[in-house]
Amino acid sequence: MAEPQRSIPEAPKAAPSGEWEPKIIGFLCNWCSYAGADLCGVSRYQYPTNVRAVRVMCSTRISPHLVLDLFTAGADGILLGGCHLNDCHYISGNFYTEKRARLMWKLLEDAGVEPQRLRLEWVSASEGEKFSKVVTEFTENIRKLGPSKVKKDAVLKSKVAAADSASETFRLRALVGKELNLEKTGNVYGNKLEQAELEKLIDIATKDEFERSLILELSKDKPRSVKELGKIMEVPTDRVLRHIVVLRQKNMLSMDHPEGFTPTYKTIIIGGEE
Amino acid sequence: MAEKENKEKPRIGVFVCHCGSNIGGFVDVPSVADYAKTLPDVAYATDNLYTCAEDGLSNIREGIRKHNLNRVIVASCTPRTHAPLFQATCESAGLNKYLFTFVNLREHCSWVHMKEKEKATQKAKDLVRMGVARARLLEPQTEEKVNVEPTGVVIGGGVAGMTAALSLGDMGFPVHLVEKEAELGGFVRNLNNLYVTEKSAAETIKPLIDKVKANKNVKLHLNSSVKSVEGFIGNYDVVIGTKGTDDLKAKVGTIVLATGALEFVPEGMYGYNQYPNVVTLTEFEILCKKKTLPKLKNVAFVQCVGSRGQKVTYCSRICCNVAIKNAINIVDNYENMLGLMEKTGTLIEKVPVEKKVPDEILERRRRRRGRERGEEGEAEEVRLGPSEKIEVTVFNRDIMAYGVEHELTYNKAREKRVKFIRYTPENPPKVFMEGNQLMVSYFHETLKLDRTMPVDMVVLSTPLVGQLDNHEMSQMLKVPLGQEGFFLEAHVKLRPVDFATDGIYVCGTCRGPADITEAATQAAAAASRAAIPMAKGYVQAEAITSSVDETKCSGCGTCIQVCPYGALRKNDKGLAEVIVAACKGCGCCGATCPEMAITMTNYTDAQLLAEAKAALQEEV
Repeated sequence: MAEPQRSIPEAPKAAPSGEWEPKIIGFLCNWCSYAGADLCGVSRYQYPTNVRAVRVMCSTRISPHLVLDLFTAGADGILLGGCHLNDCHYISGNFYTEKRARLMWKLLEDAGVEPQRLRLEWVSASEGEKFSKVVTEFTENIRKLGPSKVKKDAVLKSKVAAADSASETFRLRALVGKELNLEKTGNVYGNKLEQAELEKLIDIATKDEFERSLILELSKDKPRSVKELGKIMEVPTDRVLRHIVVLRQKNMLSMDHPEGFTPTYKTIIIGGEE
Repeated sequence: MAEKENKEKPRIGVFVCHCGSNIGGFVDVPSVADYAKTLPDVAYATDNLYTCAEDGLSNIREGIRKHNLNRVIVASCTPRTHAPLFQATCESAGLNKYLFTFVNLREHCSWVHMKEKEKATQKAKDLVRMGVARARLLEPQTEEKVNVEPTGVVIGGGVAGMTAALSLGDMGFPVHLVEKEAELGGFVRNLNNLYVTEKSAAETIKPLIDKVKANKNVKLHLNSSVKSVEGFIGNYDVVIGTKGTDDLKAKVGTIVLATGALEFVPEGMYGYNQYPNVVTLTEFEILCKKKTLPKLKNVAFVQCVGSRGQKVTYCSRICCNVAIKNAINIVDNYENMLGLMEKTGTLIEKVPVEKKVPDEILERRRRRRGRERGEEGEAEEVRLGPSEKIEVTVFNRDIMAYGVEHELTYNKAREKRVKFIRYTPENPPKVFMEGNQLMVSYFHETLKLDRTMPVDMVVLSTPLVGQLDNHEMSQMLKVPLGQEGFFLEAHVKLRPVDFATDGIYVCGTCRGPADITEAATQAAAAASRAAIPMAKGYVQAEAITSSVDETKCSGCGTCIQVCPYGALRKNDKGLAEVIVAACKGCGCCGATCPEMAITMTNYTDAQLLAEAKAALQEEV
């Protein structure tokens, strides 16, 4: 039980108490990164106290929703830890993680959150020292970025919430879920797509879905005009209008009241759901 | 035993461990336990010196009874080693093991924040709060019982495959042995003689082959391959294809993989395929075995060709010993080899095996001392004989003659004046032709001089690499390959012959370079591992699986595409359905499902978010 005592290495420098401390969540896969963190402990590599680890069986478990919801809740940084590619305990899980992380970064960027707040690292069960390095470096980076502004900035919060809803749309989940297979084996017609081509396609879809989700998010509590939405979203009004047409077709948005000659729109809330 | 119902309000017990001074020395454990008492739904919290010791465990059992706990949290070390112990303790007190939560305060806190007691204590409190948030949402689970067909299949008929099949057959289990070639024996069939035995390779493995053929439980399939594998532990449907006959469908409970390895072909290195008489180690063995070796006077071995950071990163483990063995063969059989084409009798018969090794070493020391005293004449005289005539050089980065026997063989080679010359990876020896003469030039690390020597033959020691069809095999069996192209075991130290996929086991060189002894040892181990579920007759599937909400599923089939285990299929309604025994609970389908119809048992979104969000709360 008791491990042999060794001389204790210097703890990394931390800010004096009372100051802001980054709050970082680490999703670690049971077989590699969590085990790497265990080995890090056994080897007594020291790192800052900011990361709180949540154990999952595989990094592939982490859907964009989990990450974006935590950013909405005010996380300063999120670390995703998986096995090295081709070393996944579940054969191919981390390849899907990689694809999903790309979507998460894209959505964070669209929402105006520094994508560097989300870090994806492959740490194997034998890389204890690497784990401490990754955590130390990531904590330092987050410290430099400063506290997350999501909680204080209402528009930013709406944007992150919109990114979260966008990640839950059928279109994005299906696209990103099938991305790997589309690249490897092609679609049902046997057409293979180049990775770059596919990524371009997904980026366009991501932007669309994000903007639509943001319109719904912003028009939830207060009816908004196209012009108003365009201004808050920093998107040209013709684009906003096109999204509104689609959203009305899908019965997700309805016309509310005109303000002068300008119509305003309100999100349709179904049942008791938000 | 009646298990505590989940419907009632959570009553959580928190047991915070000092782990001697491992946690207690760096975290204020009593204050963490006190803090736990203030958290919602916590009915009882305490600290123990060692929670994993008997009094700690009885403390948990007593707590469950006395305080009517329906959730237990142990905040101590890592779930990777201690979760089964605490789960069993909970079960013994009537609490479903899925209502247990582990909080890691040692590896993830006290040991990595040893000089920041205040902050480490704060973190420990946060981690306990996260555990409580998770525990409140846990639900009891039942593990599904799956029957196991008591028949095995072993893929590959080399030493490992034969040993595994024979072990299973001897235990009384019917077993299919599938070999792609027309003969049993695998890689060993290429070899001439084996180190530290007097017999030829063929003679050495003959008894094993005979026993396999004679065993009534072993059904031999030569010229055969496994065409498809469907199912899960206990219930695999395997299709065995044999040349010239119809495919055979077999129902098996377990699978042992022993498909072996190939030798790396050093195309374009050291004049291989460019100059005559540049061969690989295995080609050299084949030449020896066929007795078609040319007359050799000077032979150079080059070690680590393609391995250790060149084409592959690893050390192939066996080539040093094989090269040393062949070097000794060459020296001992010099006379023989000159007339190899004419003379009868095998190389092997002429290899003298020194029985009195200690004497030999004493002799060597005596001679070395003699040399130091300048008694050149005497020393030289001892070493007259064949070695005077023949020059065998082994260029190496370092010699890995590990263990008891190999070191002695290495010493023997040096006795016989086999030269071991070191090279650095930056400055390897070069092979070239000068007129009709094969030449080797090298930098002598000790003398710091460039040297050149004529050679009759260059033997390249190349590493073992994975079979070409390993990738297809890994996809068919749904087991992982490591970065180097060998099959990856479930745990490098503790589960060396298991795969993470239940019911499939691995042995021999398909999991990495190994010599015959090691392959046979692994095979015996794999067979005994495979026998466990077959002898027991059933397995219990862990209840960490995905589950489909049929009211949300649209039958798009994306989950079926992404599942690495084929654990999802469409039911008769066209909706997704989980095969619980095949599901390993990775969560890929759950994170992918476009309709968000799939949840992961014991790792639901709500549980993960509650745990993570608890960390974001301001200090209470």
